[in-house]
Amino acid sequence: MSDTTFARLDVLKTYKLYVGGKFPRSESGRVYEVTDSKGEWLANAPLGTRKDARDAVLAARAAVKGWAGTTAYNRGQVLYRVAEMLQGRREQFAAEVSLSEGVGPKKAAALVDAAIDRWVWYAGWTDKVAQIAGGANPVAGPYFNLSTPEPTGVVGIVAPQAGYGHSLLGLVSVIAPAIATGNTVVVAAAADAPLPALSLGEVLATSDVPGGVVNIISGRTADIAPTLASHQDVNALDLTGAIAADGPGAAAALEAAAADTLKRVVRPELDPFAQDWTNAPGTDRLLSFLETKTVWHPMGI
Amino acid sequence: MAEVSVRPRKPAGKVVSLAVGYARRYAGLVTMSTVAANAPGVAGSGLADVAASEASLRRFLHGLPGVDQVGLEARAATLGTRSIKTTAKAYAIDLAISMIDLTTLEGADTVGKVRALCAKGRTPDPTDPTTPRVAAICVYPDMVATAKDALRGTDIQVASVATAFPAGRAALPVKLADTADAVAAGADEIDMVIDRGAFLSGRYFDVYNEIVAVKEACKRPDGTYAHLKVIFETGELQTYDNVRRVSWLAMLAGADFIKTSTGKVAVNATPPVTLLMLEAVRDFRAATGVQVGVKPAGGIKTTKDAMKYLVMVNETLGDDWLSPHWFRFGASSLLNDLLMQRQKLATGRYSGPDYVTVD
Repeated sequence: MSDTTFARLDVLKTYKLYVGGKFPRSESGRVYEVTDSKGEWLANAPLGTRKDARDAVLAARAAVKGWAGTTAYNRGQVLYRVAEMLQGRREQFAAEVSLSEGVGPKKAAALVDAAIDRWVWYAGWTDKVAQIAGGANPVAGPYFNLSTPEPTGVVGIVAPQAGYGHSLLGLVSVIAPAIATGNTVVVAAAADAPLPALSLGEVLATSDVPGGVVNIISGRTADIAPTLASHQDVNALDLTGAIAADGPGAAAALEAAAADTLKRVVRPELDPFAQDWTNAPGTDRLLSFLETKTVWHPMGI
Repeated sequence: MAEVSVRPRKPAGKVVSLAVGYARRYAGLVTMSTVAANAPGVAGSGLADVAASEASLRRFLHGLPGVDQVGLEARAATLGTRSIKTTAKAYAIDLAISMIDLTTLEGADTVGKVRALCAKGRTPDPTDPTTPRVAAICVYPDMVATAKDALRGTDIQVASVATAFPAGRAALPVKLADTADAVAAGADEIDMVIDRGAFLSGRYFDVYNEIVAVKEACKRPDGTYAHLKVIFETGELQTYDNVRRVSWLAMLAGADFIKTSTGKVAVNATPPVTLLMLEAVRDFRAATGVQVGVKPAGGIKTTKDAMKYLVMVNETLGDDWLSPHWFRFGASSLLNDLLMQRQKLATGRYSGPDYVTVD
């Protein structure tokens, strides 16, 4: 045995994008520095580009048929499994949330618990949403007339970039409701706090969520969000994290780009910085990305 | 020295010298001609007596230098790494669209589907009238009349597969009747399949004679010929050496185009096989003065793939072949991807499959 003791070197983690169930580096090969709330270096995150967004939309589109086609009950089980996996990595997420948002360890742990609980809450909604968004319509004829909610398709999400608990709890609060109803999503992670999002990709990959249902891209919002907004194969857009006052990443510009292809758009809060993500979410987001299919079925003569 | 470093050593050089050797040996007998009429007998004029007998044909084909597999695949892979952007990309996309043989070869083809395909060939992108038309519509013989009718007034060719496509397993009279029928119905181009069984068992002369006979069946009453494309089904030929041999065989027999595949087997057009065929037509022209076209078919689905093939044509053959008269893509789904990329270049936003037709 040697007398000299060496300090053990940490194995630094290479954060990667999550696209189509795989973990690619950015198509550009670039990374950017992620710092904590005090400006200390945390990690290098991949700098996703327009092409990464394009690839992610392709993957999301390919996953729509399978995910929308699963039974609501099965989707609920899969989402519950995600919560189980999140629970197992509670400490890692608490550390990342604490560093990203500059909150103390106790508060960070509470935020992670809230995120897990919220995921379970949305998992329960998968087979119940049809009861509040659909129904049997009374019609003047010998028909059953039934309205059922159907997923709209690929949803582009600009993840929350501000507000208490945005980095994980906020992220879960925008992803879970969109996929609970059978949509697939492409998420532009918060530019300043992408680490919990990229780690969430690892959780999703190890649960039973099929590849391509959730795709997570880190990078500049002004690069990724306009691509999602103008992409003709994206059906809806969630602008929750579009907090820029002007420029291509601003909510108004994105909404204008989305209007060309008649996307469903969820606007950001009036004051995103004052938002508290621990507040009860309500069903608004669940109902935002649905189409209504109405069928007429003849009754017995 | 620069020349040496840019172009890796490849066996094609030997073919050139061999072919040029042939040309030189027969120089006294041959009038070098670039006449397009690649009719039987005229074909391979510099090598006219190569196919005089079974033995001489076999001697010639087996005398072709062997293919350097590693070199060929490396060269094809290298040519696939070019990055083509902005205006060059726009040019390449338009060129590729104009080179497409838009194809439907399904048992379930209906008159309506063929008409719809023809409409798409005439106006690939209804939202943008500057989009070029495709080169040809490729159908089964019984749909030729329908396609001809739907394409009236355009310069889009009607290509018909024939000779018991895709297997080619039928008696010669049946194949000739199949061909003559398609020509009579108005086909401008005939895509025939070779008898792979005969080729693989070494009966080269039978294959040669069959191509010559089909070429004769392509003759119209007014004495002109329908263009003959010869499909090798390279996925079934096992080796690169066989591809080189069959390329020369078909060109000697009078093929106007040589085509990789039917699109009906597991392995279709690949870059190395196409490169090999491009080198063969280059060497054939050097030897005989007759220019032959090339058509990779099957498995080319994306704009990126198509660009790789165009780069290969440009680097191997140059401008002479960069036109729909001498290079074609046999494809159906490729067109949609080209149109989506074209829309992206025009509008700056990514397009989706909802904005092009399903078929």
